[in-house]
Amino acid sequence: MVHQVVAGASGLIADFLVRRGAFALDIQLHAAAGEVVALLGPNGAGKSTAVRALAGLLAIADGRIAVAGVTVADEGVHCPPYERPIGVVFQDYLLFPHLSVLDNVAFGPRTQGQSRHAARRIAAGWLERMAIAELASARPRSISGGQAQRVALARALATDPQLLLLDEPLAALDARTRLVVRSELRRHLADYSGAAVLVTHDPVDAAALADRLVVIESGHVVQSGSPAEVARRPRTDYVARLVGLNLLTGVASGHLVTLPGGGTVQLAKSAIGPAYVAFAPAAVALFARRPEGSPRNVWPGLVSSLEPHGAGVRVEVTGAPDAASSILAEITPAAVAELDIVPGSSMWVAVKASDIDIYPTVPP
Amino acid sequence: MPLALALPAATALLFLLLPLAGMIIRAPWADAAEVLTSRSALLALRLSLITATAAALITLVLGVPLAWLLARPSLPGVGVLRALVTVPLVLPPVVGGVALFSLLGRSGLLGRPLYAVTGFSFPFTPYAVVLAQVFVALPFLVLTVEGALRAADRRYEDAAATLGANPLHVFSHVTLPLVAPGIAAGAVLAWARALGEFGATITFAGNFPGTTRTMPLEVYLALETDPGAALLLSVLLLGASIFVLVLLRDRWFTRW
Repeated sequence: MVHQVVAGASGLIADFLVRRGAFALDIQLHAAAGEVVALLGPNGAGKSTAVRALAGLLAIADGRIAVAGVTVADEGVHCPPYERPIGVVFQDYLLFPHLSVLDNVAFGPRTQGQSRHAARRIAAGWLERMAIAELASARPRSISGGQAQRVALARALATDPQLLLLDEPLAALDARTRLVVRSELRRHLADYSGAAVLVTHDPVDAAALADRLVVIESGHVVQSGSPAEVARRPRTDYVARLVGLNLLTGVASGHLVTLPGGGTVQLAKSAIGPAYVAFAPAAVALFARRPEGSPRNVWPGLVSSLEPHGAGVRVEVTGAPDAASSILAEITPAAVAELDIVPGSSMWVAVKASDIDIYPTVPP
Repeated sequence: MPLALALPAATALLFLLLPLAGMIIRAPWADAAEVLTSRSALLALRLSLITATAAALITLVLGVPLAWLLARPSLPGVGVLRALVTVPLVLPPVVGGVALFSLLGRSGLLGRPLYAVTGFSFPFTPYAVVLAQVFVALPFLVLTVEGALRAADRRYEDAAATLGANPLHVFSHVTLPLVAPGIAAGAVLAWARALGEFGATITFAGNFPGTTRTMPLEVYLALETDPGAALLLSVLLLGASIFVLVLLRDRWFTRW
């Protein structure tokens, strides 16, 4: 196998195409050494396919993958998984049922040529770090989900990989365990010196664990940036829903954005060209009658659904700002009762211009 | 439980168990010590145990890799291959013996050059007994192990590969242990089939005391001259079969 060395490159540099039947995954993914990148996307977006391609379990159709300066996949090059400097934490962990916890973790060091004794010493060290030393002789079937997650992480890290891949590492855990394991995982990822790619469909996991988010939908990257950037300025409906913002697309001219459906949104500042308009549901007020005075944006609409959300209620209003759009409002249960809001109610929706963020559709 | 199901089920059970019970009841137990320690019985028993065990080991060494190959999801033409493997399973054993004879008999396709070069030929040797047993037992092991491989979660192999294990290491350290219960079951089936093998053995290997006369052949001969002895020998075979089944079930079948 020819390993092409890329000068000055560390971490992960990947830009590749994978075909699976009619589905194509075409993504660019970079992760510096020490950086944690979350690959975020809905089910079927191609997240697990991306992990399998990076791990070498799937051949890429085009493009290139380099890990720590070594090309592991390129035209005519396909390093099998066992020749890649990677560690993988699988969704349901896949701990070998026939081996003890200690021997699961020692498996990698053994294949790297360590003696049985040395491999077990390395494994014991990792179990110690994960605070599960007492599980060494246990069988995987007899330990809890949270413990299995720690063992899987220890097993993946015990080979000292340059690239750590985590495929939905928290998805198999119940809510309470998840909280604990997430904060532990965060600490272990901070200690890890290689590049890490974390696949998840949970924006909270992504924001808590990753330095940078890459959002994919239908096999393509639709947005990337720091968790704060992505949360503040979503670029697709999916991301907007994830981060809980209203998102509209239109063309700005001065203080006015015109939507494709003909509706308009007033802005506090002036902008020009194709733009996204984002505002929080909490910034949306509902009125039974058309309000007078300060709010600049007032639209009539029909309530389509109500849903409890935290301490408040999320109300979806369709037909505002125009027939093709809908808006989420977050109001108090008291306001719901006072306004007597039910699905089908006619309401007036108001948003202050100063609460609305506007940013161009073409990223800078 | 509806009677329409219970009745045939009970009949089937009785049909399987009553003949065995009849055999045990009718056996002349008073003669047991004499018959079972007779020179011919001991020779046959020894030959049977040795050849059946050798045959089971050979089917393991050859059959497990074949099962692994058949279980590959991507292998083209795998359906045809599996059908071919199944042929000895449905073939009358006597035909199997004739087939082996035509290939490895002293004037067979391979047997003739073999004899010409080495002066050795298989028929009338214990090796022929083993070959006949392997021929009939191999499909049992292959199909059992293949089923276990298909039922196993192959993603463990992916996990092993990401931990640096090459395909051979994955096979020996992950795949094999994962399907160990299936392999044990297949080996027991193959051993039992080899122990009971009659048709192919008598056709291909012949019927010589001490070299090719295995227990089933001994039983068949005894039935013509001394039915009581045949019963006792049959009970012995039954006991050996049950003993191994029980032994292996406790050891392997419930390992995890």
